[in-house]
Amino acid sequence: MSLRNLIIGGTLSGVFLLAALLSFLWVPQDVTQLDIANKIRPPSAGHWLGTDHYGRDILSMIMVGARTSIAVALVAVGIGMGLGVPLGLAAAARHGGWLDEAIMRGNDLVFAFPSLLIAIMITAIFGASAVNAIIAIGIFNIPVFARLTRSGALSLWRRDFILAAQVAGKGAVRISVEHILPNVTNLLIVQGTIQFSLGILAEAGLSYVGLGAQPPTPSWGRMLADSQTMVSFAPHMALFPGMAILLTVLGLNLLGDGLRDMLDPRLRRLR
Amino acid sequence: MLQFFLKRLMALVLTLVVASGVIFLCLEIVPGDPALYMLGLNAQEDTLAALRAELGLDMGPLARYWAWVSGMVVGDFGISYTYRTPVAEMVAERLKVSLPLAVYALTLSTAIAFPAGIWAASRRGRGADIAVMGVTQLGVAIPNFWFAMLMVLVFAIQLRWFNAGGFAGWEAGVGPALKSLTLPAIALALPQASILARVMRSALLESLNEDYVRTARAKGLSRGQALWRHALRNALIPVLTIIGLQFAFLMAGAIIIENVFYLPGLGRLVFQAISARDLIVVESVVMLLVFAVVVVNFLVDIAYALVDPRLRGQV
Amino acid sequence: MSLLQIDKLSLAIGGVQILHDVSLRLEAGQILGVIGESGSGKSMTAFAVTQLLPVGATCRGRVLLQGQDVLAQTEAQMCQLRGRVVSMVFQEPMTALNPLHPIGQQVAETIMVHENISRSAAMARAAQALTRAELPPERFPMGRYPHELSGGQRQRVVIAMAIALRPSLLIADEPTTALDVTTQAEILALLRRLVQEDGMGLMLISHDLAVVADMADQIVIMRQGEVVEQGPAAQLFSGLRHPYSQALLAASGHVPARPHRGQLGAPLLEVQRATRRYAGPRRGLWGRAPGFEAVRDVSFCLRRGESLGLVGESGCGKSTLTRAILGLDALQSGSIAFDGQPVWAGGSPARAVRRRMQVVFQDPYGSFNPRWKVARLVAEPFHLLDQPPTGAARRAAVNEALHSVGLTAADGDKYIHEFSGGQRQRIAIARALIIKPDLIILDEAVSALDVSVRAQVLDLLADLSGRFGLSYLFISHDLGVVRAITDRVLVMRAGQIIEEGPTEQVFASPTHPYTKELIAAAPVLPAYAKEIAQ
Repeated sequence: MSLRNLIIGGTLSGVFLLAALLSFLWVPQDVTQLDIANKIRPPSAGHWLGTDHYGRDILSMIMVGARTSIAVALVAVGIGMGLGVPLGLAAAARHGGWLDEAIMRGNDLVFAFPSLLIAIMITAIFGASAVNAIIAIGIFNIPVFARLTRSGALSLWRRDFILAAQVAGKGAVRISVEHILPNVTNLLIVQGTIQFSLGILAEAGLSYVGLGAQPPTPSWGRMLADSQTMVSFAPHMALFPGMAILLTVLGLNLLGDGLRDMLDPRLRRLR
Repeated sequence: MLQFFLKRLMALVLTLVVASGVIFLCLEIVPGDPALYMLGLNAQEDTLAALRAELGLDMGPLARYWAWVSGMVVGDFGISYTYRTPVAEMVAERLKVSLPLAVYALTLSTAIAFPAGIWAASRRGRGADIAVMGVTQLGVAIPNFWFAMLMVLVFAIQLRWFNAGGFAGWEAGVGPALKSLTLPAIALALPQASILARVMRSALLESLNEDYVRTARAKGLSRGQALWRHALRNALIPVLTIIGLQFAFLMAGAIIIENVFYLPGLGRLVFQAISARDLIVVESVVMLLVFAVVVVNFLVDIAYALVDPRLRGQV
Repeated sequence: MSLLQIDKLSLAIGGVQILHDVSLRLEAGQILGVIGESGSGKSMTAFAVTQLLPVGATCRGRVLLQGQDVLAQTEAQMCQLRGRVVSMVFQEPMTALNPLHPIGQQVAETIMVHENISRSAAMARAAQALTRAELPPERFPMGRYPHELSGGQRQRVVIAMAIALRPSLLIADEPTTALDVTTQAEILALLRRLVQEDGMGLMLISHDLAVVADMADQIVIMRQGEVVEQGPAAQLFSGLRHPYSQALLAASGHVPARPHRGQLGAPLLEVQRATRRYAGPRRGLWGRAPGFEAVRDVSFCLRRGESLGLVGESGCGKSTLTRAILGLDALQSGSIAFDGQPVWAGGSPARAVRRRMQVVFQDPYGSFNPRWKVARLVAEPFHLLDQPPTGAARRAAVNEALHSVGLTAADGDKYIHEFSGGQRQRIAIARALIIKPDLIILDEAVSALDVSVRAQVLDLLADLSGRFGLSYLFISHDLGVVRAITDRVLVMRAGQIIEEGPTEQVFASPTHPYTKELIAAAPVLPAYAKEIAQ
């Protein structure tokens, strides 16, 4: 079961990652080239997934759009982990102290702002762009990782091996790095995969409402927004970008489930 | 219990104060003069000054923050820069769509998720479980606005059961109004229901493994009785947390879904306000949504204490 | 017809054979003791009787309960039997009760499941059951929740639930293992009384030979899913045939041969009027509830080469005192000095002192970072040295430490999950030895081990103290172990040392009433068995 998840998930996410990387070298058709004569064509031998209202090849658009999605989600996870993990470690090391309290209250505050609200505020101030989408999703990821790290670390701090390290004269920072961090890595990898997939969904949503990457940069959400008025006579324009999002997110979620089952020592012992 | 309640209430007020400060500060640093924007570049200096005074822009930032916050407490959200009408009226009009939509979606998602999660957990590893897990796996991965578009394609364009968009208005009666909210509510509810069903299932499986379930079985309770009487209420604790968190996503998701269905809700209002640089409207709507999220999480905390006697004693 | 008769019961879970041809019988009004170490299959035998087995378990053989074969019953029929004819009490009272329901309701549930009576009538009978379990509702209202009760009180609630319908058979699976000695004695006495009053049969499962030997009419000894010995308690010990049961008996009364010491050395650890106070929980906004003193005015001295015992029940302040001695927490008042040097100096623990003390903890599973190899784990205390050895010298020191606890150099390259509980405690001892300390604090170091493994570890400790001139501070709730390995003993209660003296003297003629109570409560092998053991 978990092996199957791992394989299917890994394959699906791998395909989209490769497609994004490949798009730097080669795409079936240049997406900056408009071809109005061939607009809104259904899938054919020349255009496997058809063309859009400017006659651009949808397969190529999806490949280039994968770059935007993956880059935005990946950097946002990086921001969330880079700031959230140290905060969570610090909160756990000073459990019950003012630092812990401050970090947790700060987390609660950020949780009151869903990423879309942050994006709305940022857009209202600086205007819409992919970078602002990254910041919005990234900020929202910080408390997610901080909480996860804190709760994982707290249960570790109660273990005797931490006491043994303290007896060996090690300080909180050293213990956090040497003992706590390696033991929460599994949790972080699994949550990272899930936040990655949520990031892709969020990016798609933001660019759908125009708060993400701006034209002409292709993005999956933007493609869906463009297709909306034409969905009744050109359903392929809506179908394929949506499938791309669905399959990428599904792949990442399956990968996360598979990794969790594989990395969870409790489950491993049972097998 | 009272102390627990008061402590949570204080945390709620504190969060709201800090959140309002953050929102105000964020929009304070926006460059540009709204008065100039409203009157155009060749406005007279004295007209500009009059408008600034009317909008309260001539006061210092602290005074303006105070005016904004104290106004909100009594329901005065200020005057829209573009429409020159009270923001409170605009927001109230839009809330008539957004609030019912959120409640409708939350009701749907719990109504679907609870039975599905319980069913899957009680048939662990069997067909029903695998089916529920498969469907929810898809439900979690599907972008809800795309799912909304597909539903429009099928149910509105092909089958013509629903309108493709727009809101019938409450004046037309509850039936038609709810009908025009049905597709949006389903679109919003599907991913939420999927997450909730998965959480319900795993929480239930976890509590079914607890010692007290074994104790209950040793008393002579059947597997089903032990699940309903003992495991379920314990499993509700993590589920409540997720419902609270989900509400935030629901509010945010509604902003996008309103765009798919051209619903005149808060989401549409906020996008119009952004493009018109009507910052006071943006400010108020964001604050209102944050308020809703914080209040729901407060209610979840209270619900915790009702479910779990261990929390009631705590200070 | 016996109350319970198990004939050639075999049980497999997912293809792994757990029980092989287990046969035993129990008569009404009698107590059957089932003894075995971890993995012996004693609990699975109990679960087979109630058919509360893990998913994927299959049974062969016969389990006759009042002549009825439970293996042939449907699940619905078993639900009728459980709680009414056969009941269970479990090991862990802290988790055995539903935290969300009041205790009265949980007891009444047993009655309402089986009898068609009103809620108020069930509550009245629940009150009776709780009274019989010595938890009278006048003093412990039935509206209380489990988290408001102590471990012993919760176990009484579980017992009340089990006996509410006066079942014919009660199965108690390690019912007192998680409890303190004095509480254990009370619970065992309660069980014995209930057996006499109701004439029910009791199947008492335990790893502790002394607990069972004291109570049981019949005894079964199990090992690796098989019954190795059984018979009436009085005769069993004199005629043990199987080498395993002989070894088990020998191990439970084991006294390690310790090197004889003449004069004791100079004072090594001096604790003077040590007090450690914890702040109370916050009350309201600014106030705090009054704190409590976990350690109050404790003074004692440990001399070089001495093995000093510290005995007390949970919550008596042992752990707090240990942390203070190790320099992990500062004291509020008083002082702790090691070889004349203060442990805590100038607001921080003194490294020069700390490197001369090491500790071994109770839990062989939680004491090691699962992601580190053994060599790195063992070498961790080198952090206390100013110039720790590196490279080959470091590895040589690790190998030496591993050798001295009976492990090999190759074990250094393995991860901790590849070792058994006993081996892990050896690794913990190696970790403590590596910087050649003068004092090792053994914090319940053998409490989680099976008897036979415990005997080996105790021998190792005795041997090491002779070889390296070590002193021990031996902290334990287990009086038998403390008596076997210490020269002098301190008895601690509610943060204070209430009695102190040479071990044999304190055990033979305790002066403080609490010490007397503790010693009386500790289960001991019957005299005849003890003779055979030695």
